Amino acid sequence: MNSLVLMIVGLAMVLAGYFLYSKFLGKRVYQLDASFRTPAHEVNDGVDFVPTNKFVLWGHHFTSVAGAAPIVGPAVAVIWGWLPAFLWVTLGTVFFAGMHDMGALWASVRNRGQSMGMLSGRYIGARGRNLFLVVIFLLLLMVVAAFATVITNLLISTPTSVIPVWGAIVVALIVGQMIYRWKISLPLTTVIGVVALYGLILLGDRFPVELPDPILGMSPAAFWITALFLYAGIASLLPVWVLLQPRDYINGVQLFVGLALLYGAVLIANPTIVAPAINSAVPEGTPSIVPLLFVTVACGAISGFHGMVSSGTSSKQLDKETDGRFVGYFGAVGEGMLALGAIIAATAGYQTLADWEAVYSAFNQGGVSAFVEGGGAIMNAGLGISPSLSATILATMAVLFAATTMDTGVRLQRFVVQEAGEVLGVKVNKAVATLVVLVVAMALTFSTGADGSGGLLIWPLFGTTNQLLASLTLAIIAVILLRKKRNPLPVLIPLVFVMVMSIYALIVQLGTFWNDQNWLLLALDVVILVASLWVALESAIAMQAARKGTFDPETDEPVTSGSVGAGTER
Amino acid sequence: MRGTLGAFSAGLREFYEAPYRRTMARARRDEDDLFTLVVLAEALGVPNPASYYTVEMLPLVADRVHEWHTRIGLERSPLDHVSCC
Repeated sequence: MNSLVLMIVGLAMVLAGYFLYSKFLGKRVYQLDASFRTPAHEVNDGVDFVPTNKFVLWGHHFTSVAGAAPIVGPAVAVIWGWLPAFLWVTLGTVFFAGMHDMGALWASVRNRGQSMGMLSGRYIGARGRNLFLVVIFLLLLMVVAAFATVITNLLISTPTSVIPVWGAIVVALIVGQMIYRWKISLPLTTVIGVVALYGLILLGDRFPVELPDPILGMSPAAFWITALFLYAGIASLLPVWVLLQPRDYINGVQLFVGLALLYGAVLIANPTIVAPAINSAVPEGTPSIVPLLFVTVACGAISGFHGMVSSGTSSKQLDKETDGRFVGYFGAVGEGMLALGAIIAATAGYQTLADWEAVYSAFNQGGVSAFVEGGGAIMNAGLGISPSLSATILATMAVLFAATTMDTGVRLQRFVVQEAGEVLGVKVNKAVATLVVLVVAMALTFSTGADGSGGLLIWPLFGTTNQLLASLTLAIIAVILLRKKRNPLPVLIPLVFVMVMSIYALIVQLGTFWNDQNWLLLALDVVILVASLWVALESAIAMQAARKGTFDPETDEPVTSGSVGAGTER
Repeated sequence: MRGTLGAFSAGLREFYEAPYRRTMARARRDEDDLFTLVVLAEALGVPNPASYYTVEMLPLVADRVHEWHTRIGLERSPLDHVSCC
């Protein structure tokens, strides 16, 4: 199979989704109204609520939602062959992710920019809100553990990335100082930051760093994981302007550079996909494609995390309601493109099928390392960059995405722990809360041994939780549509599909963890399964009530005698 | 050309600042609250060894007192000599 054809077909599908399906959603389902006064104009406090140019807002939105997950998931999922992953990413982007992200944005804009957590309380019920918090907590917990393993694997498999990965922290620290202390203009700072980062990549390529075994009484994997958690803890405690903000920014720029390099290389090199379309000879121990495919690839097909970004920040900055189509739907298209790039890199970057099979020798083998190795080979063929340097560029890109998510994840988890402490009447300070987060996440990462492979073992669980969050968001959107007496099917069908696949996957994994006698992951699986069934039940009750009741089409509030006609349908 | 570059630079700045605008504003507000508390310490009955220096800053924080006390949950100003409401 020709990778250029796959790339063009994939891009055509997601772009058709944007130009056709999102137009249908905007017109018929969400009924976006350019004259509607968005919260950004309504409140306009100069802090959270600021009307923002739609291209700039798309940039934020896209770089907030696109991280390491749309690389890891598809790169793992191609073990079943490139076709299932390709179809799930493209069709998922068109009918699931785009609709979900755009819907979350619309629902939040129509509710004064409230977050999905608040909206779940309003539309699903008080229990729905508690449930939302539980799911968020689990999601953050797992993403930190999983990404620690992803980064460690990359640092070990691509030792040339060690210097740029850790050096990027220094670059970010300097960028922060340049902007806030030395008041250097941002365009110049950007150029200096990117040049410094690529200088470090060149340096790393010349001087690979391989740790001795053992190091400080630990294996290299255990050492890197410990170092990463220590770093994430410190980074999350620093003022955001010092490290997190410049790091996010440099990452955002790097995302566009990396995508351009990868797609440009495919365009020029046009490598052949050596992996089978459907892998009929999967390695022993590989779980069944149904349902695992649909939770292995979450980001890139549909991801609940996007709903958090849509309703948490983007909805408060939307200048016109109609911009939601570009920001929400096209944001999902951007992430789909990243996932598509990951699929091509992990399947077309090898010389022969045997080479590819050697990499994908077991489930969870290959993955992001295959993306780096394969993508590196494609960049070498297309752009003439040496395979080693190409691999260093892609490994650095993937690690930076994952590390930023880790930093932010630890920081957000800290807030959750502090809030939980307040509920229990205990004041938990920042350092203690961070320590709690790190200990729990490290326990998960090391749950299957000192090599830290537990982090990747929970990847499908992370995917499931992410889909669970998406289910909750879709349920909220469905309830709103039902209350407005509009057609809920474009939301309802994906909702049922995602929910069924998530619950099915949890049951399958339950058996796996039971057989492996991994009690920690088994307990986690049970918690998520209970939460999933709870989501399904609460959503069904809320939708039934919305279908049967009479609601004001303007406010979505139940109509009682004397409150009819408060507004008109928009 | 200059206008395009200016717009690009402004967009870039927005891209840099917006995700953390709320965090920055909160941090700034916390710092201002602490400063307000230090300046008003004597007035609130808290001994302040630096009051000789902070007393001249009272007019500076007076404007913020109303916003500050309502935000911390006091319906009326806790200060006798600042009757903002």
